[in-house]
Amino acid sequence: MKVYLLHRDRDFDSKQNFPSNAQALIQDLELNTLFTAMAIKDEFLFNVVKQAVLTGLNDPDSIRYRQDILRDCLNNPAVVREIYQIPIQSIQNKHKKWLGIFSKYPGSILSSAIELLEMFVDLLRRLKQIADEHADKFESDGFKRFFVMIQQELSEDYFAIVENHLKELRFHRGVLLSAELGIGNEGKNYILRKAKHNGQNWVKRILARKSPIYSYTLHPRDDAGARALGELRDGGINLVANAVAQSADHIDSFLNALRLELAFYIGCLNLVDQLTQFGEPTAFPTMMDSKERIHSFTELYDICLALTTKQKVVGNDVNADGRELVIITGANQGGKSTFLRSIGLAQLMMQAGMFVPAESFSANVCTGLFTHYKREEDTSMKSGKLDEELSRMSIIVDNIIPNSLILFNESFAATNEREGSEIARQITCALLDRHIKIFFVTHQYELAHGFHEKKLDNAIFLRAERKADGGRTFRVVEGKPLQTSYGKDLYRKVFG
Amino acid sequence: MTFHSILFDKDVVQSESAEQPNFFTDLNLDQVIDAITNKKQEYNLKPYFYTPLRDAETINYRHEAFRDMEAKDLMVHIKAFAEKMIIVRRYLGFVEKLNFNFHKKGWFLEAVLVYCDAVTELGRNLDQAEITSRGFLAFREYVTHYVHSSGFQSLQTEAQEVKTGLSTVRYCVIIQIGKFSVLNYEGETDYSVEVEKTFEKFKQGAVKNYRLDLYKGSGMNHIEAQILDFVSRLNPERFAALDKFSEGHSQFVDETIRIFDREIQFYVSYLEYIADFKPQHLVFCYPYVSVESRDVYDYGGFDLALAHTLLNTRKPVICNDFILKTPERIIVVTGPNQGGKTTFARTFGQLHYLASIGCLVPGREAQLFLFDQIFTHFEVEEDIRTLRGKLQDDLVRIHNILVRATPDSILILNEIFASTTLKDAVFLSKEIMARVMELDLLCVWVTFLDELAEFNDKTISMVSTVLPENPALRTFKIVRKPADGLAYALSIAEKYRLTYSQVKERIKL
Repeated sequence: MKVYLLHRDRDFDSKQNFPSNAQALIQDLELNTLFTAMAIKDEFLFNVVKQAVLTGLNDPDSIRYRQDILRDCLNNPAVVREIYQIPIQSIQNKHKKWLGIFSKYPGSILSSAIELLEMFVDLLRRLKQIADEHADKFESDGFKRFFVMIQQELSEDYFAIVENHLKELRFHRGVLLSAELGIGNEGKNYILRKAKHNGQNWVKRILARKSPIYSYTLHPRDDAGARALGELRDGGINLVANAVAQSADHIDSFLNALRLELAFYIGCLNLVDQLTQFGEPTAFPTMMDSKERIHSFTELYDICLALTTKQKVVGNDVNADGRELVIITGANQGGKSTFLRSIGLAQLMMQAGMFVPAESFSANVCTGLFTHYKREEDTSMKSGKLDEELSRMSIIVDNIIPNSLILFNESFAATNEREGSEIARQITCALLDRHIKIFFVTHQYELAHGFHEKKLDNAIFLRAERKADGGRTFRVVEGKPLQTSYGKDLYRKVFG
Repeated sequence: MTFHSILFDKDVVQSESAEQPNFFTDLNLDQVIDAITNKKQEYNLKPYFYTPLRDAETINYRHEAFRDMEAKDLMVHIKAFAEKMIIVRRYLGFVEKLNFNFHKKGWFLEAVLVYCDAVTELGRNLDQAEITSRGFLAFREYVTHYVHSSGFQSLQTEAQEVKTGLSTVRYCVIIQIGKFSVLNYEGETDYSVEVEKTFEKFKQGAVKNYRLDLYKGSGMNHIEAQILDFVSRLNPERFAALDKFSEGHSQFVDETIRIFDREIQFYVSYLEYIADFKPQHLVFCYPYVSVESRDVYDYGGFDLALAHTLLNTRKPVICNDFILKTPERIIVVTGPNQGGKTTFARTFGQLHYLASIGCLVPGREAQLFLFDQIFTHFEVEEDIRTLRGKLQDDLVRIHNILVRATPDSILILNEIFASTTLKDAVFLSKEIMARVMELDLLCVWVTFLDELAEFNDKTISMVSTVLPENPALRTFKIVRKPADGLAYALSIAEKYRLTYSQVKERIKL
């Protein structure tokens, strides 16, 4: 029995290593704001959504599998939350009743495992009940498979068999073992046997056989003998104790997997609840293969800014289909960084199988997302600022592969403009030659202008919009780079 | 040819009480023999290694056996045999210690089975092995004869029949609280499998293993013994056969086989020991040995004890040559300290000793003398007695040595008189040199006295060397050349940066 709600054909790997640039992504895209909103103070949820977002999918079909399941969740939030309570209940029961397998001896392993299994059977019955009542409201492949599995595997007959075993395994009437004579005439191959006439009184039936039988009753004070007999019994039930304990562990793992995989969708439900309050739209994105160059959207907004300010924020409309290089120039504090972050966040959310913060969104998937932001706040530099930037870039180059997406934010500006532009130009050209999609926010005219002059088919130039009166709209619109930045505006605003 | 022993070509009385020779610690042979015999304690091999021979014929008998053993197959077969014999002894040890009748007899039966298997396989393997040594040829004949004897054949057949009877017994035990019953097995099904099947659908990948490792050593408590007793009553004929078998074969190990099993470990242990040096490109050879000729040489010899300690380091082992041709008898070794002089002296002694017990020796080619005794005198540096008392002790010891030594002895002197005055040292050394020469015995003498080096045609001079371009670096090579006091002094001066050029350099104008 497999949960398979995050992947069509495998379990979700909660231990999968983060990509090497995860820390940079968290910092540059302010991902913790997103994770916190999804988790609502639940540490477990936080870790799961963090894992899912940072280890997203590269294949549009796998992404669609999650999108369909998420749609089912959005349509049946109460049922999904009820299923999520089942593994939670298991954890609570274990805590409350001190259930668990802590012993080393087969006898006590067996009895603890039986207690655990009895508790699990109750929960599995509830799961079956939910499946019976609600399965028909779900349309995704994932949920349909899940419910069919539950209904097939957990039939009433099956529960009866299990309960019968759990009763028999207590061995109220004694243990029947078979054995052989091993080396030195020592007993070996102790195997637990089921009497041919299983039933209330199998011992009596066997003892009534015609074949010879020899019995021995221990002296009441023969402690050593009692211990030896106990060891023999332990040896005999060793295998079955292991089997039962492992079964308990397997069911425990199944419930844990259920909790883990549903947690992602619970996080999404939590998120959509909050966005709805601010009147922010969400959309299921359209994914294209990583080799395509698609990037067009309407009302794409920075979800982290919305979650922080708790209000509707400015969105952008861009059509960059067919473009591989997007250069964003324009006024300081004009929304360039916010725009760039919204690009990164939408990409990560899309590839995790989530909805994106936009009215509509379509893009090609990327094989990796990288960010290279200037780090003004970093004061612990041992080497110079440019050294630090270049060394980070070098690490990115170690890890980046074709069809990745990289976001530059004011990179390589820690030197004079000519040098910085030349470094940036050479890196950018090399990345383009390696089919890496680039969003580059820069105020370096030399750099932006240089690319504009080249009149590349695959480049598009965006500018932070400025109204005629000098006021900002915080929107980004298509426009060629301008010689002057708008620093003096800002200066004026600040200094009055 | 009748088989006596794999170690001796003649029927000799062997000494089991041989003690470690006095010179062992000076030559570090104690380390060598300990390392060789360390993993073979149960065979008590040391008496073999403590007994030097003066019979070239017996030594050649061992060389032949060594050569057969060096062929890989034979070594593998012998080891397989030895491992089984170890098991036989272990099982018989159980029989001694155990308490319950059918338990004891069960282990006795196992011991016989392993023994029969060991001997049969050894015989079969010896038949197919390429053997040329007198020892192995005779032993093969013995084993073949033994294996086909009616006594051995019936031992083997009976043992197998009894075992088959017992190993096909199946029984059931019902365990209740404070009570158990034993009865015949009647095809009841495996319950663990059924339980596992029921829960199979929940399998989620690897989970913890709860199976307790219930291994316990051989042994039986009274409950198990009682069960075995019940099982024997359920199967009376099979256990009667076991009774009869164990009474009829109480002493089943053949005495010649038993002795071979121990003696052959002399070869196994030594070959295993020297195999470790192969990766270091250190070679061993079969020395030509003689009780007559005192012309000796060894090319590429090395100190085994030192080489063994260097095995796990990257440091190279330095090999040295020596040749003594009549009338030459005495090697006088001089040169810088820490240059390998003592190691060279030890090597000379080790080579001769190892040759005397019939072993391969370090080196590419060697001719060595079969001595009657080895005497060593090594300076003990950290002696706390007064100089006078020490000098007296030294002289007493050397006197004792010279009284007992014969022309057939080997004498190794290392820095004697080093802590006395130069004048005394020169005087005493010359006196002793004269006596040594008179004895005409083989001698290595490590000294700082150049005067001894070119004494006359009985002495040869060998010198520890330094690299010409950097005299402070020792090569540990000992080469035959005249003693050169200047080189010695220069290298010491260099060590303290007091050579002419160094001093000039350090004193600025």
